[in-house]
Amino acid sequence: MFSDYLSNISWDVTSSSIYSKTSKDVEHALRKRSLTVDDFMALVSPAAEPYLEEMAQLSRHYTLERFGKTISMFVPLYLTNSCSNSCVYCGFHVSNPMKRTILTEEETVNEYKAIKRLAPFENLLLVTGENPAKAGVPYIARALDLAKPYFSNLKIEVMPLKAEEYKELTNHGLNGVICFQETYNRANYNIYHPRGMKSNFEWRVNAFDRMGQAGVHSIGMGVLVGLEDWRTDMTMMAYHLRYLQKNYWKTKYSVNFPRMRVAENGGFQPNVIMTDRELAQLTFAFRIFDHDVDISYSTRESAEFRNAMATLGVTTMSAESKTDPGGYYTYPQSLEQFHVSDERTAVQVERDLKALGREPVWKDWDQALN
Amino acid sequence: MNDLIIDGHRFVSRLFMGTGKFDSNDEMEKSIKSSGTELVTVAMKRIDLDDKDDDMLKHIQHPGVKLLPNTSGVRDAEEAIFAAQMSREAFGTNWLKLEIHPDPRYLLPDSVETLKATEQLVKMGFVVFPYCQADPVLCKRLEEAGAATVMPLGAPIGSNLGLRTKDFLRIIIEQSNVPVVVDAGIGAPSQAAEAMEMGADAVLVNTAIAIAENPVKTAEAFKLAVQAGRMAYEAGLASGDTSFHASASSPLTSFLDK
Repeated sequence: MFSDYLSNISWDVTSSSIYSKTSKDVEHALRKRSLTVDDFMALVSPAAEPYLEEMAQLSRHYTLERFGKTISMFVPLYLTNSCSNSCVYCGFHVSNPMKRTILTEEETVNEYKAIKRLAPFENLLLVTGENPAKAGVPYIARALDLAKPYFSNLKIEVMPLKAEEYKELTNHGLNGVICFQETYNRANYNIYHPRGMKSNFEWRVNAFDRMGQAGVHSIGMGVLVGLEDWRTDMTMMAYHLRYLQKNYWKTKYSVNFPRMRVAENGGFQPNVIMTDRELAQLTFAFRIFDHDVDISYSTRESAEFRNAMATLGVTTMSAESKTDPGGYYTYPQSLEQFHVSDERTAVQVERDLKALGREPVWKDWDQALN
Repeated sequence: MNDLIIDGHRFVSRLFMGTGKFDSNDEMEKSIKSSGTELVTVAMKRIDLDDKDDDMLKHIQHPGVKLLPNTSGVRDAEEAIFAAQMSREAFGTNWLKLEIHPDPRYLLPDSVETLKATEQLVKMGFVVFPYCQADPVLCKRLEEAGAATVMPLGAPIGSNLGLRTKDFLRIIIEQSNVPVVVDAGIGAPSQAAEAMEMGADAVLVNTAIAIAENPVKTAEAFKLAVQAGRMAYEAGLASGDTSFHASASSPLTSFLDK
């Protein structure tokens, strides 16, 4: 299990190692075709900042080599905002006095239909908060069953499950699972996740092993930027990626680096701000480190930034996302989990990508293959 | 340099040697010594299993040199399992180099039978070293079946062509959780060094040593090359293997300056 592996990696030692990297280490990493995590550390270090252009060129080169001129399109659907967790940075946390929604079957199907009217989406990501009693595995299984007539590739982003449960959902058409560790900083994890199931670091970090054991086709990982030093956190995710690839070699992996924004009207403020330049550096570093990993950008990022990065390393994008349950069918009245920056319609995103010489791919799977 | 550990056995030398094709058992023995090898494979078909004083075996058995019997000559999994049981009986070791080549010309390994035999031999308690194609998926399957190492080929046996499968060996080395021993095709010390620089855990050499004009010296040359390659790998050699060179003609990151 990855928690055992992680317990042998010191956060502080890793961090000081990253901050002591030199231009020599960066140049060394840039010359290699297969990189170690140590090389990755050089590429995300401050020492790599002067090499951003060179990193962009390499990143574009490898992205073209492996993915061609395509961008895979997906759409997230929030099934419920009810949640028993108390993540201090999340609008859906348990003690926030807000109206909670759990979509009924009818409402869920209405959402599917509404999404299909936006664009020919085939990759659907079903998202829930943690409410095992009312939105647990049977509920998710039902949502998957209902989705099959509309979508050919189904992923979930829900609470960590048992291996048997992942397996069971696979029988309902599940293709992939996304789960953000948020932070790999074991010592500080509970500051951000004080109560609820999510406060169990090991249960969450070992979920990826359970997905691998269950034979889930595609696993998405993520660090929430804004909690801890991002260079160190991303290095931990790089270790995690390598670990998973070695142990569950039949699985496809994707990485996500959502940036927390400064909240306008109080609430939790990010401890760490990542600039556009830094996000670009990180994206290039991941691509140079792993030529095949899917790099996903959500609508948290602006239209301008997503367009610029679409040819340089990013391979998956969402579009026209609503982050409130029921948001596609009805005009959003409920609270969003986070505010999207890119408010373009899916059709506009498609048009922009085409203008950049990129083909948005809506369908790349078939239910018949499950 | 780091030692190599296989099934709890520690090796300082990362050069494994084969024992075929020498002009005499004396020459073979001297070559084994000068190579510094600690693991020597021998075809059980070459040994008279009823003769405790078999001449070839006598020349191989030395303190510090572990014996790795191989199944060369068998054509399918069933024959391999039979040979393995005989080998365990005769040599008193559960280590086994699994070689299944139905094709008598190029001696290429049969992937399907090799996987099948590995699965069964592991269950029977053997420590299996399967000689196999440089096929990354097959190597993962062999690992999952419980193989102690994988032994992908660099080129056809005895061809001395070097690392013709380099691009696949790279993937195998990157993915493997068990030691990767590049077996077959290594024809020169420089090629052995190259395999080690790439991160192979060991190499197995036979023909290149056996048929050299001076096998004893050649064996020593291989010993040094394997050490040099390993040392360079551990030292973090920048292999210069990116063919891509960034050109600054049209900056891609100017959008970040805004």
